[in-house]
Amino acid sequence: MTPATSPQRQLVNVALVRAHLVASATAFAILLLAGLAFALQFMQYYPFPGIPALSPGRVRMVHTNMAAYGFIANAFIAGLLWAIPRLTKRPILSDGLGWLIFWAWQGILVLTFLGILGGYAQAIEWGETPIFVDPLVLVGLVLLVTNLAHPIFKTRERGLYVSLWYFLAAFAWTGLVYFMGNYMPQFWVPGAPGAAIAGLFIHDLVGLFVTPIGWGLMYFFVPLLLKKPIWSHALSLIGFWGIAFFYPMQGVHHFLWSPIPMYAQYGAVVATIAIEVVVVTVIVNFFGTLYGRSDAMRSNLPIRWFYVGMLNYALTCLQCAIQVTLTVQKVIHFTDWVVGHAHLVMFGVFGFWIMGMMVELWPQVVGRPWYSTRLLTAHFWLTTIGMTSMFVILMAGGLVQGYLWGSLAHWADSVVYSLPFWWARTLTGLLIILGTGLFFYNMWATARQPAPAYVPGAATAEA
Amino acid sequence: MERLGAAFLIAGVVTFLLGFVLQGVLPMVTYRKLPVKTLAEISQDIPEEFRQLAEDYPEEFTRAFGEVNPASFAQALSRGRAVYIAEGCWHCHSQYVRPVSQEDLRFGPVSNAAEYNNELNLPPLFGTRRVGPDLIREAGKHSNDWHIAHFFEPRDVAPYSVMPPYRWFFDDKGRPNKDALAITAYVQWLGSWVEQVPQTIYNVDALAGAKQ
Repeated sequence: MTPATSPQRQLVNVALVRAHLVASATAFAILLLAGLAFALQFMQYYPFPGIPALSPGRVRMVHTNMAAYGFIANAFIAGLLWAIPRLTKRPILSDGLGWLIFWAWQGILVLTFLGILGGYAQAIEWGETPIFVDPLVLVGLVLLVTNLAHPIFKTRERGLYVSLWYFLAAFAWTGLVYFMGNYMPQFWVPGAPGAAIAGLFIHDLVGLFVTPIGWGLMYFFVPLLLKKPIWSHALSLIGFWGIAFFYPMQGVHHFLWSPIPMYAQYGAVVATIAIEVVVVTVIVNFFGTLYGRSDAMRSNLPIRWFYVGMLNYALTCLQCAIQVTLTVQKVIHFTDWVVGHAHLVMFGVFGFWIMGMMVELWPQVVGRPWYSTRLLTAHFWLTTIGMTSMFVILMAGGLVQGYLWGSLAHWADSVVYSLPFWWARTLTGLLIILGTGLFFYNMWATARQPAPAYVPGAATAEA
Repeated sequence: MERLGAAFLIAGVVTFLLGFVLQGVLPMVTYRKLPVKTLAEISQDIPEEFRQLAEDYPEEFTRAFGEVNPASFAQALSRGRAVYIAEGCWHCHSQYVRPVSQEDLRFGPVSNAAEYNNELNLPPLFGTRRVGPDLIREAGKHSNDWHIAHFFEPRDVAPYSVMPPYRWFFDDKGRPNKDALAITAYVQWLGSWVEQVPQTIYNVDALAGAKQ
């Protein structure tokens, strides 16, 4: 690593990007195993019975928190560390600060992991990070924003590219959202209004942290890989401002038909349907960009990951516009339908984008070409088949559960009739795990190859 | 670029606040006149099930909580809720009855906001998934013994349950420890403020009686 004061300082701190990618992959491995263990509980094959720290209820929280703060956050930080200096032609504020944030963030993950298993989880969905971890996360976020916003503010480029709009908005949103969700219902706002805030947090974490950074990275990587500009700048504008306006006002749709005031529920439903219209513009924009270069779907694996992720995004948005209505909620709320939706959003979209990003970046950060493209392709197909079928299975199982409940069948019926779906869900999860195992082996084998003379795309420039 | 960059940061703050006011602050304003009950106030109403718990497990109860009084009930509720959260119970059991899908027939009266305005709903435990049934009307539907047996081995009393056993709520001899008593007290409190145990499809005998 070059010291921050060196005039020969690299534009992108490649070692830091690599470290975050490795951390992201590690968290992904943990969350896959946690998800598998939890899925096995439903068929009475739980692998760690009778161990309090590995109780299924606690392991489930490890699964979701490692997804949000381990897998996605680390990969996104890697993406930001890669994209922002290239878009602004300026390095991050300080490499030392970057490493401090890296280690602090992994410390937060370890504390979260141990805290949840030790029984200190917080009762906020997606915010189960123990109360003693929350201040650390907030400090970490402030440091991260300081480090990453610096090049954007100091750039001498004319204008800011659309990726940077998303990143800046996300910088403002993430800390606010985290503070609101982890503190207000915990200490100050009880009952139904507290639940409204908790719902807002569940939603905003996806909508105001994961979504904007995800799209910002897509606006960066897709034109770069396709070697052509984004199709329409006007649509970029509409997409960004539409998301920024409508996304923050939908939280209550997580608690429809609850004691939260009905006007807040109606408002959430309307805003949700509105944003699904807006995101169509973003999707149109990206497929407009692909037009004429669709051969890249075959020849370029990162592009394939990105665009299949976008198809999943279109699917989740369509699903969301339907499931958010009060009518459909009667049946599907509290069922596996919602679980399927959550998996499609968090993994089918953002996880796919992260996988595409890893396929693109890994050879560049280790300075070696991929060990095996066949393994990469196998990883893609196993994951895609696993994810898509998991989504369909959980959606179907959710309908079965919802209608059985509505028909006043005995509760045990809804469990017994769910078992085939739970089995199938576990098998689809195994497909994803198998694909990921191949991918991780491929990453490892790539990194340990002898260094080639040619290092593709390892950008160096003077600061 | 400071100015343009700041514009996007400010836009982020403004849009966040707009959503926060519409979806978070307005519900608070709507419910501002609902009194927030403290744990000390809640624990004044000791349900029959808690007294029964002291009789069912006298030795264990005395060791864990002493006598039956508001102070010990408050202690049991708060500990029981802590166990409920630590074990992630709320990820598989919701705590609100909706006015749809015949839930009032299945569980009991539809939930209202006043029921949740208390210290034990900080944070609220509405839940998002029902692998097991909703619990906000659970008080009195089953006996304490049923709950204790259910925590020890759910399938002994609910044959098709997929709930894991919680053996660490019990000592070597299989006697319930403080956590078992506390979470039973907590679950038996949920809905104890409703005048009567709801006549639902769970109270099969009660329902059969009503049909005659």
